[in-house]
Amino acid sequence: MADIYTIENLRLSLANMTERRFFGATPQLEILKGLDFSIPRGAVVGIVGGSGSGKSTLGRALVRLLEPSGGAIRFDGVDITHLSEAELRPLRRRFQMIFQDPMSSLNPRHRVGTIIAEPLRLHGFDAIPARVARALDNVGLPQAFASRYPHELSGGQRQRVGIARAIALEPDFILADEIVSGLDVSSQAQVLNLLERLVADLGLTLAFISHDLSVIRRLCSRVIVLHHGRIVENRETGALFAAPEAAYTRELLDAIPLPDPAQAWA
Amino acid sequence: MSFLDIRGLSVRLKKGPALLRRVSLQVQAAEVRGLVGESGAGKSMIGKAVLGILPPSVEVSEGEIFLDGVDLLRMAPSERRRKIGAVAALIPQDPLTALNPSHRIGPQITDRLVDILGWTRARAEARALELLAEVQIPDPARVMRSYPHELSGGMRQRILIASAFAAEPKLIVADEPTTALDVTVQKQILRLIAGMQARHGTALLFVTHDLGVVSKVCQKLSVLYSGLVVEDTSVAEFFTAPRHPYSAALLAATPKYTDPLAGLNPVPDAVIDAVRAEVAAFDRMRHG
Repeated sequence: MADIYTIENLRLSLANMTERRFFGATPQLEILKGLDFSIPRGAVVGIVGGSGSGKSTLGRALVRLLEPSGGAIRFDGVDITHLSEAELRPLRRRFQMIFQDPMSSLNPRHRVGTIIAEPLRLHGFDAIPARVARALDNVGLPQAFASRYPHELSGGQRQRVGIARAIALEPDFILADEIVSGLDVSSQAQVLNLLERLVADLGLTLAFISHDLSVIRRLCSRVIVLHHGRIVENRETGALFAAPEAAYTRELLDAIPLPDPAQAWA
Repeated sequence: MSFLDIRGLSVRLKKGPALLRRVSLQVQAAEVRGLVGESGAGKSMIGKAVLGILPPSVEVSEGEIFLDGVDLLRMAPSERRRKIGAVAALIPQDPLTALNPSHRIGPQITDRLVDILGWTRARAEARALELLAEVQIPDPARVMRSYPHELSGGMRQRILIASAFAAEPKLIVADEPTTALDVTVQKQILRLIAGMQARHGTALLFVTHDLGVVSKVCQKLSVLYSGLVVEDTSVAEFFTAPRHPYSAALLAATPKYTDPLAGLNPVPDAVIDAVRAEVAAFDRMRHG
């Protein structure tokens, strides 16, 4: 199986806003400190870590919302590390993102149908109404939802719209950044089941960023554990949960309160 | 009598739908009761009613809230505030919005003790230093002079815990106190709250959506759906033999990293329909 992403010595620095100065350049803070990994086509890779570990920054680098300061990101053989916005545009359709908060990532003044159609128009698709209908169908929303506004939907339904918008473009890769952390457990289970089905049906490759190892275990085939901008563990899910190698992975697992009063948790 | 005894409490939007439907629950002295349910089920609303901080758009339509033996809803507002301030406190969800960003930490803990409880400034400051040490904040004197933005999320939550315990309340309402924190920090904070609660013998009403958290800190549990208590049980019983189908379905929807098959099942439509029918039957009985 060919790799859709190959990442070599990826480094990314951002301006350190807490140490901004009146004169001279703002000091840089290195968020990603040399990451090496690959994402095989068809894989569901979980990216986990605490806040500030760099997991969202890594995700944004993969879909080139951020430009790395060093190393290389190859997407399907193409080096996209430093491509300009114009050079990226034809590629953007192929890597899509689903955001954490559907309330702020869906335009409140647009109907669901328009929200899903907009990127299709931008990327020059034909037969847009049929594609919107198919996307709604794929995420299990009734066609009538096309004429609704985001505020008329529940949290779980809004997140389905975000998923529909991403899959309508028939991308090769989708990045999902904490997309179930704002949902109740029941909606969470529905969205996870939906993602699992879409991965199988549409042959998607998915990177799933989450702070919740229980959700990762449920959905992902591989897990990358980030800590302070470095990969401390990158393994097949079953193996990682059976015998975590990194001390930090162990620490994360031990901290999770299982819904079980018998769990020793002191 | 229980330290907190809520009897048949109904709360609704003014001229609008019901938010709490004849909720009854008790919290004994030094006991921890969890309030769980999905968003909008009314779990935070119960805590707000107890602390007398319901939003202005909402009103109590019936029921009684006995706190320390007196019915809060039969008291004059000023008297009620004094009673609640003397025996109850809140640990809020978001430590960043709960602390005023333009004031130093010290006064944010001591002002309440001085202004509402009439302590001297010196006594309040001594107490604040003592509590900050108890919640394991290094160099409490320096932290008293710090601003909220100079501290981490975990530190800020510790400060709010110290502040809640400062006046030795008999009851604390903790409203999703660890939802904004990393799991590793969450563990420290939950252990801290549990330890403080046990040491001080405080009753705790613990609002959370996380059944894992419930299993670690609570002894009793009320499960809410649409403002209706569908199950009132002990934690041991809930996790081994939940009585209400909705409780069982919530448990089945919760993923566990120890079990790849857990969390596969959303709450089934049949269970949702049944619990909605219970709510509808309740409303018919009230207005029919």
